Amino acid sequence: MPGQVQSIARAAAILRLLAGGSGRLGLLEIARALDLPKGTAHGIVRTLQDVGFVEQDKTSGKYQLGAALLHLGTSYLDVNELRSRSINWADPLAARSGEAVRIGTLLDSKVLVVHHVFRPDDTLQTLDVGALLPPHATALGKVLLAYDAHGGAYGDLAPYTRRTLATPRALARALTATREAGWASDIEEMTVGEAGIAAPIRGYGGLVVGAIGISGPVERVCDAHGQPKVGLVTHVREAARAVSRDLGGRGL
Amino acid sequence: MNGRYVVSIDQGTTSTRCIVFDHRGQLVSVDQREHAQHFPRPGWVEHDAMEIWRNVEKVVPRALSRGGIDASQIVAIGIANQRETTVVWDRHTGVPVAHAINWQDTRTDALVEELARTPGAAEVERRCGLPLNTYFSAPKLRWLLDHTPGLRTRAEHGDVLFGTMESWLIWNLTGEHLTDVTNASRTMLMDLSTLSWHPDSLDFFGIPAAVLPEIRSSAGVFGTVRTVLPGVRLAAALGDQQAALFGQTCFTPGEAKCTYGTGSFMLLNTGAGPVRSQHGLLTTVGYRIEGQPAVYALEGAIAITGSLVQWFRDGLGIITSAPEIETLARTVEDNGGCYIVPAFSGLFAPHWRSEARGVIVGLTSYITKGHLARAVLEATGWQTREVVDAMNADSGLMLRSLKVDGGMTSDNLLMQFLADVLDVPVVRPMVAETVSLGAAYAAGLAVGYWPDLEGLRRNWHRAAQWLPNVDPQWRKTEYDNWQRAVERTFDWIQPH
Repeated sequence: MPGQVQSIARAAAILRLLAGGSGRLGLLEIARALDLPKGTAHGIVRTLQDVGFVEQDKTSGKYQLGAALLHLGTSYLDVNELRSRSINWADPLAARSGEAVRIGTLLDSKVLVVHHVFRPDDTLQTLDVGALLPPHATALGKVLLAYDAHGGAYGDLAPYTRRTLATPRALARALTATREAGWASDIEEMTVGEAGIAAPIRGYGGLVVGAIGISGPVERVCDAHGQPKVGLVTHVREAARAVSRDLGGRGL
Repeated sequence: MNGRYVVSIDQGTTSTRCIVFDHRGQLVSVDQREHAQHFPRPGWVEHDAMEIWRNVEKVVPRALSRGGIDASQIVAIGIANQRETTVVWDRHTGVPVAHAINWQDTRTDALVEELARTPGAAEVERRCGLPLNTYFSAPKLRWLLDHTPGLRTRAEHGDVLFGTMESWLIWNLTGEHLTDVTNASRTMLMDLSTLSWHPDSLDFFGIPAAVLPEIRSSAGVFGTVRTVLPGVRLAAALGDQQAALFGQTCFTPGEAKCTYGTGSFMLLNTGAGPVRSQHGLLTTVGYRIEGQPAVYALEGAIAITGSLVQWFRDGLGIITSAPEIETLARTVEDNGGCYIVPAFSGLFAPHWRSEARGVIVGLTSYITKGHLARAVLEATGWQTREVVDAMNADSGLMLRSLKVDGGMTSDNLLMQFLADVLDVPVVRPMVAETVSLGAAYAAGLAVGYWPDLEGLRRNWHRAAQWLPNVDPQWRKTEYDNWQRAVERTFDWIQPH
C-alpha cells in the first residue's frame, strides 16, 4: 500500500477545522490548532484557496470554507463561466488559424457547444452556441471522451461518413492516441470535406473541463498527406494552454 | 518571439492593464494590476495616482516578458484611460498634491448646483457640449483648488500641473505636460469647435491657465519614453470609450459601438461636426489623427449595467460568479412580468434624473430568482434601447447595426436580447479588448506601423453576430412595460 501523502491529510484537517466552530479562522489560529509551522499552514491554505475550497475575507484576512466546496456535487465549472474565461483566447485562435473556433463540454454523451467564434472572413455564418455534436465524430468530442473519467459508454456511434469511427474498438484506439498526443482531430468523420483539431482545457489540478478546437475545409486544415497541419495543431494547443492557465490548470 | 509589436496601456477605473498587440491586431500577451479604491466619505471616490504609476511600471515589463518579447521589438505605445478622473501634481517633485478625484465622485454636487446658477453657465455648457455635472473634470479641479491649502497660489505661479490620467502617465513617461482632444473634451474647459481651452470657461470655473496641459491630437507622437520602455515613442492617448470607438473601427458617420462594463457607453460617430443633443446625450470628440480634422461623436452613458449583475452576485448572493447570471436566467422562459430598473444613483442618459432610485416592479408569488436574473439582463438591453432611440432622434441617422464589446458580450442571452429589442444586428468583433486595441491602433497608425484607417478596417472581423428574432408586437409591449417601470423610479429622493 502506498504511503500517506502528508499535505493532503493536513489539508483535510484544515477543512474540518474551518467547517467547525465559527467558521472563520486566522492563519495563526490554524497553524496553532494543527501544531504546524506558520509557513507550512500558509502553503496549504493558499493551495486550498487557489482551488476555491477556502476563501479569505478581504477585510479581516481570516479564512473560511469556499463556495467551490459547497458546490462540489454540482457542475464543476459553469458553461457560461467557461465561455467568459476563454473568450480572450478563442478570438486570437480564430484570427491565427483563419478557421472557426468552438469550445465544447460533455452533456449527456453529446458535445455541447458553449462558445463559437466565426471564421474570420466576414462571410455569413450562424452562431451555433447551444448546439449538440456527436462526440465520436468530432475532434472536440474525442478530446472530451479521452479524458472523461466516467467514460465507457460512447453513446450512439452513428456512421456520419465512411470515415466515422463507428465501432467501440476503433474509437477506443483513437482515444488512447488522443491521450498520448494531447490533442485530437477529425478528418471528414462527420461531414465530407470538413476537418477539425481540438485540445483539452484543464482546470485546477489538471481536470479537463472542456475542449477548444478549430474546424474548416479539409484542404485548409490538413497537409498534402492528409494529416492535420502542424502549425494549426500548435495554435490549438497554445490556445488550450492559455485558457487552462487562466483557469488555474497546467494545460498539458 | 520575432516581429514588431505595439503596446497599449489601459489605465482603467479598477485596474491598469498592458496588452501587446501584433500586426493583425491580435492580442499577444497581457498583464494587469488592480489599484485601491479609496472611499474617505460617502460619495467620495479617490485613487492614489502614485500607485497607478507604479502599476504601469510593473505591468508593462511583465506583459512583454509573458509574451517573450524584447523592448526593442516595440514600435509604439498608446494609452487609453478612465476619463475625467482628476489629479494635480507638483511640477518640481512630480508628487501629487492629493489623491486623484475619481469620475464617480460626487463631492462637487453643491458646487455644481451653485455653478449652474452662475451667469454664463448655459454658454459654458454649449461651448463644451456637456451639461454641468459632478462627472466632469473642471468642477473636480476647482474643488481641489478650493480645498487644498495654498494650492491656488501655487497653481497661479505655475508650480502645479493638472491632468486626467493620460496626462499623468504621459508626464511620468516622457516629462511632457500634454493631453489629447478626447480627454480635453471631458473637462468642460475646451471649446468643441476650436479644440482649445477657452478663457471664458476657465474664468467661469476659476481655473488658472498655467495648470493646463497642451492639447494634442489623439493619434500622434507625444514624445519619446524615458523610462519603462526607454526610447519607444508614445504615439497615442484617448479616453477609454473613444479608444473603443477607434478599436471597433467606427470611422464612418453613423457607425456606433457600445461597451458593456460596470456601466455602459455607447458612442456614435457623427463625422466632422459636433451634433448638439436634444435628448440627453453628450457631444464629445471621437478622435483626432494628427494632420486631419477631428471626428466628433454623440455619447450615451448608462450608469448601471454590469454592476447590476455584480450587485446580484455580491449584494444579494444569488449567484457566485457573474457569468452564472445567464445560467440562472435560462432556467425560465421569460421575465414573468418582472422588471428591474437599476437607478442606483439616479439615471444617466437619456433621462439624467439624479433623484430617481431603483425599483423592482411586477413582483408576484410566481417570480423566482430565474425571473429576477432575466430582469437583470433585460435592464441592460432596454437601457441601450433608450440611448439608441435618443441617438437616432438627435443625429437623424438610423442605427443599422451595433458593434459591441466589453465583458458582458460573453453573455449570449443578453446579446440575443439586445438584437431583439434594438431590431438591428448586434455584432461582436474578433478582439473583445477594443479599448486597448483602439489605443494600440491609434499609436500604430501614428508611427506608420499600420498605413491608414482602411488597413485597420481590414483587421476587423466579425466573431459573432446576433440577429433580431422576435415578434414586433412583443417588442412594443415589453418596451412599454419597461418605460412604465422607469417612470416609477422618478422623484424618489425628495428635495430637502
